[in-house]
Amino acid sequence: MSGKEPVAVVGIGQTKHVAARRDVSIAGLVREAAVRALEDAELTWADIDAVVIGKAPDFFEGVMMPELYLADALGAVGKPMLRVHTAGSVGGSTALVAANLVAARVHRTVLTLAFEKQSESNAMWGLSLPVPFQQPLLAGAGGFFAPHVRAYMRRTGAPDAIGSLVAYKDRRNALKNPYAHLHEHDLTLEKVQASPMLWDPIRYSETCPSSDGACAMVLTDRTGAARAPRPPAWVHGGAMRSEPTLFAGKDFVSPQAGRDCAADVYRQAGVTDPRREIDAVEMYVPFSWYEPMWLENLGFAEEGEGWKLTEAGVTELDGDLPVNPSGGVLSTNPIGASGMIRFAEAALQVRGEAGEHQVDGAHRALGHAYGGGAQFFSMWLVGDTPPTG
Amino acid sequence: MTPPSETLRAPLVVEFPFTRSLGPVQSAFLTGLREQTVLGVRTETGEVLVPPVEYDPATAAELHDLVEVGATGTVTTWAWNPGPRPGQPLTTPFAWVLVRLDGADTALLHALDAPGPEAVRTGMRVRIRWAAERSGAITDIACFEPYDSDPVAEPGSHDGRFTDPVTGIVAAARLDYTYSPGRAQTRYLHALAERRTVGERCPSCTKVYVPPRGACPTCGVATTDQVEVGPRGTVTTYCIVNIKAKNLDIEVPYVYAHIALDGAGLALHGRIGGIPYDQVRMGLRVEPVWSEDGRYPDHYRPTGEPDADYDTYKELL
Repeated sequence: MSGKEPVAVVGIGQTKHVAARRDVSIAGLVREAAVRALEDAELTWADIDAVVIGKAPDFFEGVMMPELYLADALGAVGKPMLRVHTAGSVGGSTALVAANLVAARVHRTVLTLAFEKQSESNAMWGLSLPVPFQQPLLAGAGGFFAPHVRAYMRRTGAPDAIGSLVAYKDRRNALKNPYAHLHEHDLTLEKVQASPMLWDPIRYSETCPSSDGACAMVLTDRTGAARAPRPPAWVHGGAMRSEPTLFAGKDFVSPQAGRDCAADVYRQAGVTDPRREIDAVEMYVPFSWYEPMWLENLGFAEEGEGWKLTEAGVTELDGDLPVNPSGGVLSTNPIGASGMIRFAEAALQVRGEAGEHQVDGAHRALGHAYGGGAQFFSMWLVGDTPPTG
Repeated sequence: MTPPSETLRAPLVVEFPFTRSLGPVQSAFLTGLREQTVLGVRTETGEVLVPPVEYDPATAAELHDLVEVGATGTVTTWAWNPGPRPGQPLTTPFAWVLVRLDGADTALLHALDAPGPEAVRTGMRVRIRWAAERSGAITDIACFEPYDSDPVAEPGSHDGRFTDPVTGIVAAARLDYTYSPGRAQTRYLHALAERRTVGERCPSCTKVYVPPRGACPTCGVATTDQVEVGPRGTVTTYCIVNIKAKNLDIEVPYVYAHIALDGAGLALHGRIGGIPYDQVRMGLRVEPVWSEDGRYPDHYRPTGEPDADYDTYKELL
């Protein structure tokens, strides 16, 4: 037996993402997603060999050891349990660590899960500790991102309205996704464009919500995939890259780590023209303008051309490169889980299990996550047939 | 390693009150304590777990079969605590004990009020001393106290229902650090006190880091060569802040900008003043404005020079 074991996604479970799940503990929340993933795979706790869990930085919720506290809720007693820790990209990195355990034939079937209860969290405080001698950040979370959006607009000459097109598209897509947090039935493009300007050039309707939610997946080998009751999604490539949050020469508009990560994934998957060869993308877009920015960073458009795809409707659900058919982070943002939701939604697309937000003929889909001020990137490319390499 | 005595140090306290939703099992347990009733949960194999958990540690099954156990129990092991710390259950020396309450198969961690370690032994009988005021928290048990009694064998069934149940708690978290910014930042801060901005140059890539970190994160080598930058600089990009941030006493709208000081290899952040917010632009030339007692410039204002050409700062975006 040579090379890597092909990895299949055979179970996916999400909670209905909402502003606050006061009816359940954190254990109850993760349990709900895990049970749904097991049910989707028609497996039981006994079929799981290891558990890999991820969440946002500890201070967000103050749970210092979720891998310890949640072991019994996730059936991990007597099994290996690992925790992954890469800020906002954590959901993606967690899935990749789980996938690598299967690919390396360390374990045959792995449960992977990520969560966040933002309603019980202090994300804003957690990100702005009163460190002595340091100059405090003079703006909120959006104030960190807005200057980079302005830099993108200057660099590319993109029209002001592009961001609102993304927000309107993603929020409409969310109406077709029963698990999405925001279901804004009355939203119009005019309302997005008239929403308050928070951190100019970012408007209120172009920002992500705060959500409570969890996402889980069951990953397995070829033998497990052969027993699966529903079509699996196969992992054709996966990669992570990191770079410092701030350094001389950092390109915040199109970070090198993001470009390198995408190139690695495409090389593994044998993709040479992502724009033509990939059928759907779930990318991490916390503020609307990051769609055109990532379209360029991930190689779907030439530098300076990403916004043209958005403007032309290419990224709409019925366009030829649908981006965030689930509604994306702009519609659902349990931070610790957001990356895994991208990965899981990409898998749902190639399994043909995405329901009303299914992209017709999705054979290959990209899941993308980033975090830590564009410090960490994680991506996977999944397909509806086993990898041939 | 102890830093040199001239390196700055200061306390850093990180303290948050985190909220927690309890879910059905913990809600019943804590509400029960408020009502002087201790609840456990029975597993599929008949074991009674106190405190109760939502999921069976052995089988992962969801648990909801609640039972009431006794307020008396047996110490299964203990450790003497000669010096109680703030926030612990008792202010005088006490024993940490694991108590298996009558009817339970597992033990609960709490404090035992005893005159000294010689008065504590494994196997001794104890009972709950209830707090006078109870709110639905583990502290509703003030502590345990020695109490001779015969064990009660069987737990009684309980539906877990109470009027006005406790559904959430607030868990305070606090960490106390001694923070030192390190030697490079200390040098930077000492220079700032003289209103000079001193960065450090990487000997490999020659970029000047402001503030300096003692090493170049790209090349991984120490930066030792000190270079004064500024005081003037260029606004590379910015946003207009229209919502008031907590803890910030700045009138909105205001401009939050990335400013590349002349000679610096990357931009730092600052507020722009002395110009209407809607006239700030990329390329604007600015200089620092110091307040009486501030460690950092209060804000930056236009110098009146012509705007910098985009090509001169586009690599710093």
